Amino acid sequence: MAKAELMNYEQALEQFEVVIGLEVHVELNTNTKMFCGCKNEFGNEPNTNVCPICIALPGALPAVNKTAVESSIKIGLALGCEIAPTGRFARKNYFYPDLAKNFQTSQYDEPIAFEGALEVEVPSGAVHNVLIERAHMEEDAGKLTHIGGSTGRIQGAEYSLVDYNRAGVPLVEIVTKPIYGAGSEAPELAAAYVRSVREIVKGLGVSDARMERGNVRCDANVSLRKKGAEKLGTRTETKNVNSLRSIERAVRYEIQRQAHILANGGTIIQETRHWHEDKGATSAGRPKSDADDYRYFPEPDLVPVQPSRELIESLRATLPEKPADRRKRLAGEWGFSELEFRDVVNADLLDQLEETVAAGAKPQAARKWWMGELARIANESEEGAIPNITPAQVAELAKLIEDGKINDRLAREVLGYVLAGEGSPAEIVSARGLEVVSDDGALIAAIEAALATQPDVLDAIREGRMQAAGQVIGAVMKAMAGSADAARVRELLIEMANK
Amino acid sequence: MSEITPELVRHLAGLARILVSDEEVEQFTKQLSVIADSVAHVSKAIDADTPSTSHPIAMANVFREDVVEPSLSQAEALSGAPDSADGRFKVNAILDEE
Amino acid sequence: MTDLIRKTASELAALISSGEVSSVEVTRAHLERSDAVDAAVHSYLYQSPEASLIAAAEADRARAAGEVSSPLAGVPIAVKDNLATIDAPTTSGSKILQGWQPPYDATVVKKLRAAGMPILGKTNLDEFAMGSSTEFSAFGPSKNPWDLTRIPGGSGGGSSSVVASFQAPLAIGSDTGGSIRFPGAVTGTVGTKPTYGAVSRYGLVALASSLDQIGPVARNVLDAAMLQDVIAGHDPHDSTSLPESLGSMTAAAKKLDVKGMRFGVIKQLAGDGFQPGVAARFRESLNLLAAAGAEIVEVDCPSFEYAIAAYYLILPAEASSNLAKFDSVRFGMRVEPGEKATIERVMAATREVGFGPEVKRRIILGTYALSSGSYDKFYGAALKVRTLIQRDFDAAFAKADILVSPTAPTTAFKFGDKIDDPLAMYLNDIATIPANLAGIPGISVPNGLAEEDGLPVGIQLLAPAREDARLYQAGAWLEKAHEEIWGKRMIDFAPELEVN
Repeated sequence: MAKAELMNYEQALEQFEVVIGLEVHVELNTNTKMFCGCKNEFGNEPNTNVCPICIALPGALPAVNKTAVESSIKIGLALGCEIAPTGRFARKNYFYPDLAKNFQTSQYDEPIAFEGALEVEVPSGAVHNVLIERAHMEEDAGKLTHIGGSTGRIQGAEYSLVDYNRAGVPLVEIVTKPIYGAGSEAPELAAAYVRSVREIVKGLGVSDARMERGNVRCDANVSLRKKGAEKLGTRTETKNVNSLRSIERAVRYEIQRQAHILANGGTIIQETRHWHEDKGATSAGRPKSDADDYRYFPEPDLVPVQPSRELIESLRATLPEKPADRRKRLAGEWGFSELEFRDVVNADLLDQLEETVAAGAKPQAARKWWMGELARIANESEEGAIPNITPAQVAELAKLIEDGKINDRLAREVLGYVLAGEGSPAEIVSARGLEVVSDDGALIAAIEAALATQPDVLDAIREGRMQAAGQVIGAVMKAMAGSADAARVRELLIEMANK
Repeated sequence: MSEITPELVRHLAGLARILVSDEEVEQFTKQLSVIADSVAHVSKAIDADTPSTSHPIAMANVFREDVVEPSLSQAEALSGAPDSADGRFKVNAILDEE
Repeated sequence: MTDLIRKTASELAALISSGEVSSVEVTRAHLERSDAVDAAVHSYLYQSPEASLIAAAEADRARAAGEVSSPLAGVPIAVKDNLATIDAPTTSGSKILQGWQPPYDATVVKKLRAAGMPILGKTNLDEFAMGSSTEFSAFGPSKNPWDLTRIPGGSGGGSSSVVASFQAPLAIGSDTGGSIRFPGAVTGTVGTKPTYGAVSRYGLVALASSLDQIGPVARNVLDAAMLQDVIAGHDPHDSTSLPESLGSMTAAAKKLDVKGMRFGVIKQLAGDGFQPGVAARFRESLNLLAAAGAEIVEVDCPSFEYAIAAYYLILPAEASSNLAKFDSVRFGMRVEPGEKATIERVMAATREVGFGPEVKRRIILGTYALSSGSYDKFYGAALKVRTLIQRDFDAAFAKADILVSPTAPTTAFKFGDKIDDPLAMYLNDIATIPANLAGIPGISVPNGLAEEDGLPVGIQLLAPAREDARLYQAGAWLEKAHEEIWGKRMIDFAPELEVN
């Protein structure tokens, strides 16, 4: 795959207007699949959560999961959509080995929810009103594994293996209308939009919303048009961009790639493209063609879904706070600066902070840990994932510091043991005897030992040169392997100087 | 006159994933032309306001509770498969689409 | 022995229930009949005498233990081979499924087992139930016991011939456009297509989901009613299955009364252009009904003109999608078109080899009807015609309790007569198709023999949705009236088959 030539981003934005459109697939966390009673569960032995329905044996018939329908309605309501008084499933016909029936049971011209809007804030602080075209119910496909060939990818594979455990898992596909006017922030807006959708479905409790497991997947449509032009440009659809960072990068890449082509008199081919995280580039997939004649028609094995007003209103009553409202509330409660708060949002750590504060930590302490040490560890880890620690444990750590039981340095050491799975911070402190020494007797002995080699220090302190104290404090800390209460050492030194 | 052409028959067979020989294309083109002509008059019977009936008995809101039911065992699931490996259905390489 | 196989299911049930004969004896008698005649008739695609007799022995044990499973307990039955059976291959008459044994039972099969009815075997059909003669079965046609050179009707020619040749007292069929009723008419047997949704389709290899319905095949109306009572009922595995019970068909079949009932003769299906003997017997039956105090009225169903066209768009469209799952991945045949073939080529080659010509023809037609640019004028228009046909029925049923017509335009035709002419073949279904489009119930009852060829003729009765009981009530009366006129049951006019 040759890397395409790209136009400088700023230059591209000068010449072109960017239009994006986003399709987000959300896997619901129901107990069972969309159309059968098989477990909706990740990580089981292959082809053990399957039945005649989800592997499409002749004679099998679908039956709609009531909870999946209700979850879909909740998503629609949370996105400000209208809920269709009557909706139908439709068959989308195409052949692919991961699609057992060789049609996907989906919704076509009668989606369950339509015409919504979502306010999305980008890192600059600007708020965009993203219009939602529709949200519809459908089913996931099975999982293909390509064997042979060099990379485990489809190219060069000798054969493929199919596991249908995921086949039939309920999905809600949320489709935006074309998004205009994001300008240079289009990539950030795309990522921020997906983050908002993720927050919503997580807040609703209808999805585990874990992007790394594919619970939330995004296809990003990008097109450019010359500034001032009326007609929309040809779009590409970049498939399955599966982290917020990749969404941003993929959209930025497509803008630069398309700008280069258009600026050099080329044309954009309407096609699906694949994002390669490792290369930081998209590559061409199948062009749209006659083969995309999906021959949708009403699913004859299912009857229409007609949610009553009462059902819709009772589901509306269960909706949690909207993400935008929640942010406003939390920003007020925590008293962070605007910048501090936005950083937390952009780091995708709102949930963690909220839970840490709820567990008893002061907001600034919670912020300090999540945005500081834990973010650093996450960045250094291979997956870039948040370390294996609970908000309650972080709160406990902060409390230990606040109570003077440990200092910052010890806290970092304790954190290491927590991540290694040794237990809660308090347990580790007591098991490993990591509490700071604030016993004056031991501290005075250490101070006197240090003063023996630096006899001038007390004089210096008396003369008001406080920086001299640092040398002694450092020596005491070193002698006591960092477990000394530094603040107490300083106080004792001053007392001794003033005697 | 029918719009069924050999090219169309090939295209439709492709959509339906059926390999067709030249003789079959010729035969299907003839037969489908006759059939298509004979069914074409359905559009004369109706107008834009005629509602559609996709389901003969009007029903709505038939749901299943979200309760787990027994699945097949892996061996049962694979029992009819022409080929399998590692607990999965085995198929030839997929046409390279990337 | 001959005695047992000539009895009706209700007679057999009574004998078994009273302990005069065992289910094993009854089952063995039918298995022996198959040994004798099925080489000639070819009703069955699969039999396992051992399994049948084990099920019969279990029925006998249950009876002896005082367990009553159903009014048909111990009575054996044949099942069309498009119903999934966990203990027998299920081919749907297609090479693509040859040897496939499902890991599950169809709901109807489960009900038969629970009712204590031993399964005698799986009966032949046109491939995926596409046809009117069984000539499109991948495993060779079934023969009409009245004349082995003639078709037994289709698609359920295996089920009609198995009952008409006394190899089984009862059989299960499926009816998408007449596949139970047409075979019934041409073999002198009774076949019902119940109201859409009255019988679960779960486990029926789908042809056209919005048209398919499973129903009983029997030698008389009471037997068919008893069988419908066994197999009907709501099934949570079929979302289109009716939630409510339609009442007792058996009770309706025992009423034997048509006085005051209004019978509507459908102007478009009154016999014009039908075989003269078919039309003549139909008129005779109308006279019988009138003489018995029934009211005969004429009803007009102008949209029926478009019924066959709508049907031959809706059916192939749904079938093209239903049959997409036959792709060589999870079950059934796989054809490798050469070394290193991609899965796409394997699928296309498998479907080329595995499907017969009629199936391919209809899949391609259905793909066309649904494709962009054609949808509105074909599939979309057909769905609208469906509304018009329902309206015609609504209007007709405002004037009549039951609608009547000949079941088919002709008696059984000869093998090969229509096989190369799809349109002529499709016209057999002219009287039966409207009921499938509207989802209403229909029955074909023997209606005497045609003067010109001595072959059986059927009369079709249609009722509004959920009013299946009316069919059994009127059907049983007509049957009895014919027996009185002809002196014996129609089926007893069938020639004795040469026994090997």
